[in-house]
Order: sequence, then C-alpha cells, then structure tokens
Amino acid sequence: MNPNDSDVLIVGGGLMGTTAAFFLRRRGHAVTLLERGLVGQQASGTNFGNVRRQGRFLPQLPLANRSREIWGQLPELIGHDVEFLPTGHIRVCYSEAQADRLETYARDARPYGLELQMLRGEAMRAKFPYLGPEIRAVSWAPRDGHANPRLAAPAFARAAVREGARIVEDTEVVRVEKTAGRFVATCADGTTYRAAVLLVTAGAWGNLLSEQFGEPVPMSVHGPQMAVTEPVPYCLVPVVGASSDSIEEIFYFRQVKRGNIVMGGCARGPAYPDARRAYVLPGSPLKQFVQLERIIPALRRLSIIRVWSGIEGYMADDVPIMGPSAKVDGLFYAFGFCGHGFQLGPGVGDTMAELIDTGRTSVPIDPFLIGRFA
Amino acid sequence: MSTARVAIVGAGPAGVRCAEVLVAAGLRPVLVDEGMRDGGQIYRRQPDGFGRGYEALYGTEAERARALHETFDRLRARLDYRPQTLVWNAADSELHLVRDGLSHGLPYDAVVVCSGATDRLMPVPGWQRAGCYSLGAAQIALKAQACAIGEKVVFLGTGPLLYLVAAQYAKAGARVAAVVDTARRGDGIRALPQLGARPDVLRKGLALIAYLRRAGVAMFKGATPVAIEGADAAGVSGLRFRDASGRERLVACDAVAMGYHLRAETQLADLLRCEFRFDAESRQWLPRIDPWGRASVAGVYLAGDGARLQGADGAEASGALAGLAVLRDLGVPADQGQADRLLRVLARMERFRVGIARAFPWPWRQAADLPDTTLVCRCEGITARELRRVVTDEGAREANRAKAFSRVGMGRCQGRYCGLAGAEIVAAASQSDIRQVGRLRAQAPVKPLPATTRQAAHEPQ
Repeated sequence: MNPNDSDVLIVGGGLMGTTAAFFLRRRGHAVTLLERGLVGQQASGTNFGNVRRQGRFLPQLPLANRSREIWGQLPELIGHDVEFLPTGHIRVCYSEAQADRLETYARDARPYGLELQMLRGEAMRAKFPYLGPEIRAVSWAPRDGHANPRLAAPAFARAAVREGARIVEDTEVVRVEKTAGRFVATCADGTTYRAAVLLVTAGAWGNLLSEQFGEPVPMSVHGPQMAVTEPVPYCLVPVVGASSDSIEEIFYFRQVKRGNIVMGGCARGPAYPDARRAYVLPGSPLKQFVQLERIIPALRRLSIIRVWSGIEGYMADDVPIMGPSAKVDGLFYAFGFCGHGFQLGPGVGDTMAELIDTGRTSVPIDPFLIGRFA
Repeated sequence: MSTARVAIVGAGPAGVRCAEVLVAAGLRPVLVDEGMRDGGQIYRRQPDGFGRGYEALYGTEAERARALHETFDRLRARLDYRPQTLVWNAADSELHLVRDGLSHGLPYDAVVVCSGATDRLMPVPGWQRAGCYSLGAAQIALKAQACAIGEKVVFLGTGPLLYLVAAQYAKAGARVAAVVDTARRGDGIRALPQLGARPDVLRKGLALIAYLRRAGVAMFKGATPVAIEGADAAGVSGLRFRDASGRERLVACDAVAMGYHLRAETQLADLLRCEFRFDAESRQWLPRIDPWGRASVAGVYLAGDGARLQGADGAEASGALAGLAVLRDLGVPADQGQADRLLRVLARMERFRVGIARAFPWPWRQAADLPDTTLVCRCEGITARELRRVVTDEGAREANRAKAFSRVGMGRCQGRYCGLAGAEIVAAASQSDIRQVGRLRAQAPVKPLPATTRQAAHEPQ
C-alpha cells in the first residue's frame, strides 16, 4: 500500500481532528491526518479551556456528556492529564430575570443528566463568599471544569501516533476531490493523499473544503479575547462565567493550579484566516477588568501579563457542523464549533470515529448536520 | 508647517534627538516615556533632591549627558511630553497609553519607537537567588538612588557594560569582588579592526579596565560560570566559575550583577507588526529597517538600541536620522546635509557594533551545557530539564511551541529575560539551527497592566 493511502484521511489537526484520529485508531482504521501548521495551533490551542456543559444548547448535551466522560478518563486514556480539573463551573447573573432563565435552564437540563444547583441569597453568599454585591444568583455545575487548551490537541495527537496514526504537520491541503470512489487531497507541495473516507475537521477553514464538494456553509470568523494575570496562590476553584444578554457582560475566568487567572469575553476580535492571525482589541482587556471587579472585587488587585487570540469559525445559526455530507458518500464533517468546541472535542472525535466505523452514533447529532444549509 | 501627529516612544538619546529634529521643522511631537524624567537608561536623570554632579553620575560621558538634558529642557515647552506613561499596546495606527491607571488611545501619522535595550541574560545555576541582579539594574540602583546592590559585588557576564558598571561601583566606594568575563582575550584582539572604527570609545574602554586593575579588582577573561552559590533564605554567597585555564574558583560575594551585553526591546515593533530578521552577529532577531530607520510598516520608524545595539552615540544619530526620515515622508523639507552626515556616522557605529558583538560574544554554547536542574524561566520556575523534555518528548522545536508546552517565557517578563537563552536550549536539544527555532511573538501588554486600569473618558492634555 502506498504510504499516502489510508482508510480515513483527516484534514485539520485541531482537537476534533486529533481526537478523531485517536479514536479511529482504537477502532482499527488506518488514519492519516494532514495539518497545515502544527497540531492544536488555532482555535483548539487559543481558546479559554472551558470544560463546561451548562448553558449549552440543550440538544447538544448528550454529546457534551459523552465528552465529559472522556475528559474524566484522563490521564489514563492518552497518558497526559492536559491539566483537566473537574472543579465545577458557576454561571452568575446580575438580574432576577436572568436568574429565572438560569433556573429554567437547570430544570430543562435535568432530563439530559446534567444536574445544576441554583443558589441565591444567603445560600449563594455562604457557598461563594467572594462574589460581588451585584451578583443575584449562581447556577453551579459541580462536575464541569477546565483544562489547558495549549496541551490538549497535541497530547491527543501524540497518543494517536502511539496508536499508529500518521500525522503530517506543515502540510497544506489545497484541493480535495473524489475520483473513482477515492478521495484525493492535493497539498501545496504537490503531494497527494488518498483514502476511502475523508473527514474535514478544518475549523474556521472548513468551508473552504466543504464548498469543493458543493456544500458551502454560512460561516464567519472571530478571535476570542483572552488575557491572563500573573500567578497568585491557588484559591479560586470553580470556573466562573457571567450569563447576560449583553456581550460586554459575557465574561469568564478561571484560575489554573499554578495560580494564573485566565480570562476572556466581553467582545469578539477580528480574525484574518489567510494570514492565520487574530488579534485582541486593545479595548477588550479594559472591558474585562470592569467585569472582573463586578464578579470578584478582590481580583482587581491583579495585573494581566499577556493577551492572545485565535481564529474561531462561527456558523450563522451558532450551531456547529457535524456528521456525514449530504451529498458525497464517505465524506464527513466536524467543524465550525462557534467558540464552544473545546469541551466537546473528545466527544466529537469519539462520535465521528463511531459514525465512520459503524454508520451510526450513540448520541444524536441530527441538529448539526450540514444538510440544514442545503 | 505640518500638522501631522508624530509620536516618539522613549525619551532617551534617540528619542530626544528625534524630537529635536522634528521641533526644528516646526512640529510638536508627542514624546511618551515610561520614566519620571528624560534621559533614558544611559543618561537617566536623578530624582529631584539628589545633588550629585554630572561628573559623578556620568563619568567620561558627562558632557554628552549634559548636552542631551539641556536639549530636552530647551525643547520641553514645544513638546507634548508624557512622562510616567507606558505604551502598553499598539494597533491600527494608534498607540495605547496608560498613565495613573487610565488608558487612552494616541492616533499617529508616524511613530518613532526608541525603546532601548535591556540586559541579555544567560541562566546559571542559582541565578534566582536574592542578590542576583542584571547589570542594568545594578547601574540604575547607583544612578537613580545612589545605592549599591551589595557590599561585595561580583560582576559576571560580558560586554562593555560589565566593565563600566564595575568601575562605577568601584568609584562609588563599593567593593568589587571580581569581574568575570566569559569572552576570551582573543575575542577582543580579533575584533580590533572593527573596534578601531571608534578609537575614542576603544580608548575609554581600555581606560576603564586599567582603572579596575589599578583598584586591585580581580579580573578574569574566558571564564565559564558554574553556579551562583548561596541559600534560598540568605541569598547569594559567592560565584563559582572556571577560569580560562579550566581551574575552578569560588569568589565570595553578597551580590552578583550579570549581563551578556544587551538585547533590543522589540515588543512594540512586534505589536506594530514589523518584520524581523535574524542578526547573526548578535544572534538576535531584530526588526528590519532601512538605513534611515524606516520599518517594514509604513509610518513606523525605529531608532536607538531597540533597533540596533549601537550604543548611546549611535542612538543619538539614529534618532535624529529617523526624525529626518519622518519629515521627508511627510513632505516637510529636511536637511540633506545633516542626513548625509548622520548616515556616515551610523556606518561607523555599525562597524563598531559588530566589533563589540565579536569582542564580547554571547556564550550561547553555555545554554546547551546548563545542568538540567538550572532554572531557565525564573518567572514561572521552569528548569532546563522541562524545556528539554518538551523538545525531545513532545516535539516542540519552535520557540512559541516550546513556550506553549513548557511555559518558558510565559511569565511576568514574557520571555524578555529568558527567551534568548531558552531558544538556545531548544536549538541544542533539537539539534537545529537557532534560526529554525525562531523568536517568541510579543503580545500586549508591553509591561504588566493592572486590572484597575480603566479607559479614560478624555485624552489627557
């Protein structure tokens, strides 16, 4: 067999692609993954690192639950913990109306197996005494948490390679087509790779590949607005996120074990997919400081030492694309995760591997099919 | 008269000479500076209430310091001068300034970045101990506060500043326990043809060494540092090194001032999206500039040590020339004779720069030989072992990748102190060329930004 031939060819080495490669190997498929730069460099490596289920679009919860199970299997599964910590996650809000929405969400999420605890008033202050006076209610997800996005996709990639996957970095795919029943990916240097099955996990660039099969999708790109403080003694256990209708109030932060507080939100920044760069708007950290102080006033004494961004693909309906092509047999997609793909990553890889292997999925993926844009 | 808005970042020799040129052409530039007073690092002015004279503060450079300060004082009323102001970010033809906890944008038509340099540091076991300072910090303590960093100080590293600060300490009455230079005697001799470009400076340098010798200071060339000895609680107690003959020595001290010549402060140039190129002489990535100081981005000019490590005199010339380039590009008549003269001066400065880089080479091979337990990144507490591990076990062969996996360069200094040595360690561990490792991409803020910072409602005047 030609070394560039495999059963499944994956284009895009973010968290979706690397986890899919890992789980496909576990199911015995010959896998080649092509990555234009280095694995986990774009949205997968630059996002906030939330392993958060609460607040998600409800039909996504079965997939999120499946992913959460896999997060819980680290480090045994891949030989690395990627700093996953099931610290709990709290959503806080500033108004009674928003608190009622959180309450409704908690009730609706319960049938999906996501147990959330609503706390208000004295009970909230007793449990989370550091919250500022404007906070009206907390929705607490004790089993959600966070992990280190810089480490996650590379760790899954190394595990996939140990399982026998081939991962080719610094290799840009310029054309994909299906001829004589086989997919052919042609790279910038003229090299070709072939496989019976093609999985597109190209994130913000997924549309460039899907449109070559007649399936363009409405996608826009944005950069998350991230910042991190200097380290201080570890004391803030849960991930904190504010729930609001106003983007300026949608702010989230977490403390990593070694002490730095990672924060993001309040705005979306410009992203330049051709240059593969995205930027933090200078105003973003200033907006974040205001929200940080509202939620935990004591944290105002810290300084940020770095900001960063990455390139995230957003679908027009804020729902990712995942599942088989509506037009081409053997073609599969998992991209456009709209800034909330990190937690889902391992579950997406596992589910796509199952779908490619068996033709079925044990969690519903109907809401994510590309055919909705046809 | 041009109404163009020109911003100058840094009020050291480059920034002040640039401002002088612009003011002479009728402009009113904005001069932003982090310091309390003008002068930059080299010609730092002491705080109010300190009464030392120019001779005491600046030695052989007293007249140059005085001339620069007088120029600034004369210009002061015709400048929009913003002291104690940090340029923390830059984007889309706008600088972002913070002063007294308020941030505001400063749009510009042209910006001249005169960001200077800081010490280039090489890790050594024990360099995290209390009592270990950079040469620059040791000098600032003396210049600004009339303090020494210890009672008995070892000067370790290489470069002109090593001898200058040691001599300043000796003159001020501090005990200089030893000057330990990693450059070999032959390095200086081989660099003489280039160093001859500035015989006056060469003479001053030799005079400093002669002064230290007369003062009875022990001096070593061709040394290899082994460890800064001491205890976590008590701090530094001595420097252990091998001399040129390979013999191990221990010099007792309570402070170490270290530095291996300088590294350009290039964060702003990076945030302004300037192109960089690898400078083989200094083994540093430097922003690409034309002979006038124009960067690869229109409207951005770079001068002084932040662009090329040509020292204070080179900074004055390159600052003035960048000012002339700004005028030309704005269509304001500029003095061609002055430009020609400055271009000739800078050609000589450049030759001398190469001589200094060769006479005091960055001992990059030492990075490869550092014991595994040495802290490379002091901010994050990361050892050479961990950095090597992410290279060999996790395939991180590029600087930013190694940073992402190991955290080296991720802390408070953002790699300004550990980045160059870290890159050498990555290169050695991956057996690749230092160019292949690349350079750490700068991210805002240029210095840590307090979370109490707020957007200013109005631009301050």
